[in-house]
Amino acid sequence: MNAVSQTSLQAAAASFRARYEGLKERLGGDSIQRAEAADAFAHQGLPGPREEAWRYTVLRPLTEVAFHEPVVLLSDCAAGLAALPDLGMPRLVFIDGRFRADLSDAVTGAEVRTGAPAFGPSVALGEKMVALNAMLAEDGAAITVAPGVDAGAVMLVSLGSDAHGVPVSFHPRHSVVLGKGARLTLVEINAGTGVYFNNPVLVAEVAEDATLVHLRMQQEAAGAFHLSTVLAEVGARGTYDSFSLALGGRLSRVEVHATLLGEKAMAHLNAAQLLGGSQHSDFTTIVRHHAPATASRQTVKNVLTGRSKGVFQGKIEVARIAQKTDGYQMNQTLLLSGDAEIDSKPQLEIYADDVKCSHGATVGELDADQLFYLRSRGVPAEQARNLLVRAFLSEALDPIAHEGARAAMEAAIAAWWERQA
Amino acid sequence: MPAVTETLDTVAAVTEGGYKWGFSTDIEMDMAPKGLNEDIVRLISERKGEPEWLLAWRLKAFAAWLKMEEPDWAKIHHPPIDYQDLHYYAAPKKKPGPKSLDEVDPALLAMYEKLGIPLRERAILAGVEPGDVEAGEGERPPVAIDAVFDSVSVATTFRATLAKSGVIFCPISEAVHSHPELVKQYLGSVVPAGDNYFAALNSAVFSDGSFVFIPKGVRCPMELSTYFRINARNTGQFERTLIIVEDGGHVSYLEGCTAPQRDENQLHAAVVELVAMTDATIKYSTVQNWYPGDADGKGGIYNFVTKRGVCRGARSKISWTQVETGSAITWKYPSCILQGDDSVGEFYSVAVTTNRQQADTGTKMIHIGKRSKSTIVSKGISAGRSDNTYRGLVRIMKGADGARNFTQCDSLLIGDQCGAHTVPYIESRNPTAKTEHEATTSKIADDQLFYCRQRGLSQEDAVGLIVNGFCKDVLKELPMEFAVEAQKLLAVSLEGSVG
Repeated sequence: MNAVSQTSLQAAAASFRARYEGLKERLGGDSIQRAEAADAFAHQGLPGPREEAWRYTVLRPLTEVAFHEPVVLLSDCAAGLAALPDLGMPRLVFIDGRFRADLSDAVTGAEVRTGAPAFGPSVALGEKMVALNAMLAEDGAAITVAPGVDAGAVMLVSLGSDAHGVPVSFHPRHSVVLGKGARLTLVEINAGTGVYFNNPVLVAEVAEDATLVHLRMQQEAAGAFHLSTVLAEVGARGTYDSFSLALGGRLSRVEVHATLLGEKAMAHLNAAQLLGGSQHSDFTTIVRHHAPATASRQTVKNVLTGRSKGVFQGKIEVARIAQKTDGYQMNQTLLLSGDAEIDSKPQLEIYADDVKCSHGATVGELDADQLFYLRSRGVPAEQARNLLVRAFLSEALDPIAHEGARAAMEAAIAAWWERQA
Repeated sequence: MPAVTETLDTVAAVTEGGYKWGFSTDIEMDMAPKGLNEDIVRLISERKGEPEWLLAWRLKAFAAWLKMEEPDWAKIHHPPIDYQDLHYYAAPKKKPGPKSLDEVDPALLAMYEKLGIPLRERAILAGVEPGDVEAGEGERPPVAIDAVFDSVSVATTFRATLAKSGVIFCPISEAVHSHPELVKQYLGSVVPAGDNYFAALNSAVFSDGSFVFIPKGVRCPMELSTYFRINARNTGQFERTLIIVEDGGHVSYLEGCTAPQRDENQLHAAVVELVAMTDATIKYSTVQNWYPGDADGKGGIYNFVTKRGVCRGARSKISWTQVETGSAITWKYPSCILQGDDSVGEFYSVAVTTNRQQADTGTKMIHIGKRSKSTIVSKGISAGRSDNTYRGLVRIMKGADGARNFTQCDSLLIGDQCGAHTVPYIESRNPTAKTEHEATTSKIADDQLFYCRQRGLSQEDAVGLIVNGFCKDVLKELPMEFAVEAQKLLAVSLEGSVG
């Protein structure tokens, strides 16, 4: 890393710290934990390209923008709200990181608390973006589902903006706690307009036999930065089943840490990244198998056009105790232009011997034979390409059980394709 | 010339040669004081009678090294290395060793026996001081001169044959004097002096190594192996090898040896540079079995190696094959820069770790030329309390239209106290290129073991058989005679770790 970017990272970190110093009296929640987070952030700063976990995602563009605290005035978000898919589920709406009760619905089946977050034990301050979040988090949704309850589906919406002409940053802190045998489908949509920095952290605790389905659509504004972290812990026979679709943002990274703590716990971390222009998007996963007979499945697809850069980093860790682990990971990339770039780093770190772990990664363009086949049957070139791209993505999309959410994802992908053409 | 006369001449030449390099009976004179500074670098260069430009090169590397930090990204752990607590120059022949085979670790000798190494060779490998070995089991007393006799005469016979075809094959220290223009042109052209921490250290203080030059259109008439094998005994800890193959040339080069070698040098930092011009082929095979340390990993070799080849011309090919069973720490990534159009890079690797060994090894394939192809096959076997990591990079540059990569990494775990890790990096900037990567981790299947046991094989033989099957794709790339030895070696390395 050159000295210039090192300095700019430090300067950006300093401005976040200054924001904390100015705000700390007003920020609610556990002030001791927040001070710990501020200490951790002061010590660690923002991640730089010399760090193994950040070698492919360089935050330099983030340091070139001065972000401010969101203003209290009500932003004009009617258009953003109107664009949300109607999935027939209650929604919790956050504008510039702040909860808006007037735009949100009541949730039945789950207890929802908003406001200053209680950080709980999974603080993970060693993660730099999590420390930044914990230092500045103002608001968030804490969703609790009682044991044995199927809470149906809830939509968690974040709309960002720079409607007041000033780039803002917000650091929402959400949590989802599922009791034994509980179920919840959480559909998370991140969108907005202008230049802003969204740095959400979601902590999920999935108890024994519980299932959390987490479907995420990242459709941030073209000038936005999105750096999010999910910290999920899964108990015995529980499931954390997630799918992340990344379409928007200038620079984005979705980082998922799934820790399987009980026997036969399971994690699905599927994703699709569709990028064009000069977008940069990173999907990073760390699955920790910490109990016997746990399983993880990951199918990650990238479709890259323009001068975009896609990153996938996926790590499967198997602890000594986690015998009979079954871990599988597949990462496939379609490069549709000569200027796009993919950096893929699948990783296995295995300390138990009776395991079945594998990963695969492929990179290439659309298959010429398949294109020819379709063309020879009269399918126009553009349509043939679309068809093949959709087929390529289907492996990651098909497992989405919530039909409404899947249809919304499909529609968003279709719109994306239109925009590229 | 009759063989006897030739041999006698050779011995005479060697004796003279020995004096020429200033070996004296005074040990103090042969070993530089501990520590590393500019004066030591100058001393090494002076002792070797090097030209000014090489000294300048060494000093530049040393200056670069001083500014560098030891890399910490590999999955290896070791106490900090005190670079000032090492000797950086010790004349060969003067290594103090055990006085007789009785003083050598019996475990080491037992392994030699299993590998079927003749007693005399065992003594040489174990570093027993020449001339003092007692006669055993009806063999002639293995006098040192005998060994030197053998190796030198063999080497010379080879040299004559090689010279006829225009091949240059000599120690790099000699090539500096006999072919300075070649050394000057190519030394550091693939691995620059400041490439990485250990390469910089090597560039500053390298002791010796091999130099190979294959002229245009020449197919090297023999495997360059035996010579090196004996030569390697005294090459020291900072080897530097440079192989250049001109247009249409071909060479197969083999380093290492299947027997664990006793060595006083804990730190090894070698550099190997390969240059393949248009239509040239280099096949580089390694069997590395340095002392891995005792069951707790004490006293083993730290092996930090930089190996890189560049396929400079069209249709050139570099193939690395390695069988890594030794060393306490292996840090090694034989790489190919595929510059020429249609050039080919290959990496076939078997890495076995047992006890407390740690291996972090893999390759880098940098695709620059159009339609360049690379194949990576890596088989890692972890047993005991060891850690075995595959770390590899496949980078497709923008201009590498139609480039192709295939990677297969398999790990086998034996026992529940070891670790197996896979860290591939795939970077592609060209849509017409295709890369495929596959990795699996598993243990030896119970049904396979049962099948073998049921047919009367012992547990250890069964594991040996299955492991050899697991490694077959790599072992078949080794030159024939070494493939056989390597198979035995795998079985021996894993002994005691099954059960």
